[in-house]
Amino acid sequence: MSKLIELKGISKSYDGEKILNSMNLYIRDREFITLLGPSGCGKTTTLRIIGGFESADEGELYFDGVEISNVPTYKRPVNTVFQKYALFPHLNVYENIAFPLRLKKIPEDSIREKVSEMLKMVALEGFENKSVSTLSGGQQQRVAIARALVSHPRVLLLDEPLGALDLKLRKDMQNELKRIQQSIGITFIYVTHDQEEALSMSDTIVVMADGEIQQIGTPTDIYNEPKNAFVADFIGESNIIDGIMLEDKKVRLAGHVFDCVDGGFEKNEPVDVVIRPEDIDVVPVDKGMLNGYVTSVTFKGVHYEIIVDIKGFKWMIQSTDYVSPDSIIGVYIEPDAFHIMKKSKYSGKFGDYSSYSDEIEELSNADAAEEF
Amino acid sequence: MKKLSQIKHSAAAAPHIVWAVLFILLPLFIVTYYAFTDADGAFSFENVTSLSEYLKIFGLSMELAVIATFVCLLVGYPLAYIMARANPKRQKLFIMLLMLPMWTNLLIRTYSIMAILDDGGILNTILNTSMHIVGTKGAVIFGMVYDFLPYMVLPIYTCISKIDKHMWEAAADLGCNSFKVISKVIFPLSMSGVISGVTMVLVPSISTFYISQKLGGGTFELIGDTIERQFVTGALNVGAAISLVMMLLILLSLAVMNKFTDSEDGGIIA
Repeated sequence: MSKLIELKGISKSYDGEKILNSMNLYIRDREFITLLGPSGCGKTTTLRIIGGFESADEGELYFDGVEISNVPTYKRPVNTVFQKYALFPHLNVYENIAFPLRLKKIPEDSIREKVSEMLKMVALEGFENKSVSTLSGGQQQRVAIARALVSHPRVLLLDEPLGALDLKLRKDMQNELKRIQQSIGITFIYVTHDQEEALSMSDTIVVMADGEIQQIGTPTDIYNEPKNAFVADFIGESNIIDGIMLEDKKVRLAGHVFDCVDGGFEKNEPVDVVIRPEDIDVVPVDKGMLNGYVTSVTFKGVHYEIIVDIKGFKWMIQSTDYVSPDSIIGVYIEPDAFHIMKKSKYSGKFGDYSSYSDEIEELSNADAAEEF
Repeated sequence: MKKLSQIKHSAAAAPHIVWAVLFILLPLFIVTYYAFTDADGAFSFENVTSLSEYLKIFGLSMELAVIATFVCLLVGYPLAYIMARANPKRQKLFIMLLMLPMWTNLLIRTYSIMAILDDGGILNTILNTSMHIVGTKGAVIFGMVYDFLPYMVLPIYTCISKIDKHMWEAAADLGCNSFKVISKVIFPLSMSGVISGVTMVLVPSISTFYISQKLGGGTFELIGDTIERQFVTGALNVGAAISLVMMLLILLSLAVMNKFTDSEDGGIIA
């Protein structure tokens, strides 16, 4: 797969605030790539620069090897599905989808054929003459996708397209989008703050924070081998603990030396150690590698979420076995459950569950509507 | 319970109903009554049938009002568009500038225009020319446009500024250049503003009498002038008949305009 889009040293500031800091990224043909990050990380700005709605202060944007930084939006071979759909309220479903074709002065019977093909793809046959304002959010979403795809763009840009849908519908649309992307075989550039959405749909995930790319990789890479504390914390739940890499495959943390599988660090180098909550086993105290005091237990359906105080640091453990709060438990961790990361500017900021509550988590995820 | 709330509802609506009856329905009834009676109060069609002699005046009023409305739209739409797309601080300034002349009384404004455009007026003095402007159709139309332009701009401005900002982006994204963004998407979406603007300019333009008297230099008689003359000279019945016909004409033109916006495609353009 060749490079279809390439960003070279793209920077952008608003009112003196740097939104994108010399970003380099290439996007391959036919891949489903997701820009993932919290609000304000620059993911939407990146998308808008590719779409031509914003211009970068510095840097170049290439499409298929040709620089397009100064090409106006309407001439770019990319189309966009907007967060709030942006359907034209003065046109019905059929005319909305036919809109880009009419601009190209395509003959009427060819338009009819293409529109009905699109309606079939998004499962909205029979909705031709409906006014778009009478449609549900999910249906409007489908019309927006059909309208963006009808003129066969090389790339589809999607700006948090599922943000306004309820959970069940969102799951269905995730599958649908993936199916559409595979069936028509074009590049999708998808922006979201929802890590689960990113993991389940993408070929490649680009994790962004503070206007910089933190990590690029496949969903499994990103989850299993996060590059720094930010990525580890943002993707899934993580205990991130200060450790010392004594030598290859030996790490000391919480006053205990563990076997692990990572290497390639300096002797006695301070590191961040990631242990996923599902990789920690609860065992009787006499069999535990570490012992801790259970401060809270929450039933989550699939598992219990247990917060354990181990030497002053609060760990999260996900276990299908119930333990009672205020008890002492032992924990056991397999060597391959330790993931060792170099120290970064995000070290110490994430991965401690001492102030953890679901409510705060919800709040910090709810600021989805990223302003630009 | 339901009855009580219904009573409360009607109680709250009562002042408005009284207002509507006293100042809308009753005058309408009186106008209609006068239009179909003669000076002695007997039923008569004479007023209405006599209107044929005013046909020319009707025509001229219509013509000038339509031209003035069209010019207002031509000037007002771009102005409203620029205002709506300006940054919020500028928008406030624009609105201020637009409203400022309206704080001056219409009569004073019209007199001022006359003073500027008159044969020996300010314009001719400055340019040292002897243009004859007052007394021409152009002067009357200019007066109408000058006086009624804000009524065209404001509803269109309000309408455009309410359009979702993403409409511009979506249109450009789907292949519209900046002209087509306006002609294919923004103009149709601002149609309701255009309709209110046209209504708010056309109606007072048709019935104006002051502007035509002053800027027409006495050479024009528009329908407003005719009505005024009837009432001043005491010919109430004929005046009422003309007023009634004019109301019907305006009603008719509004109905025609609404027909355009109600159509399935949603606008004149589409």
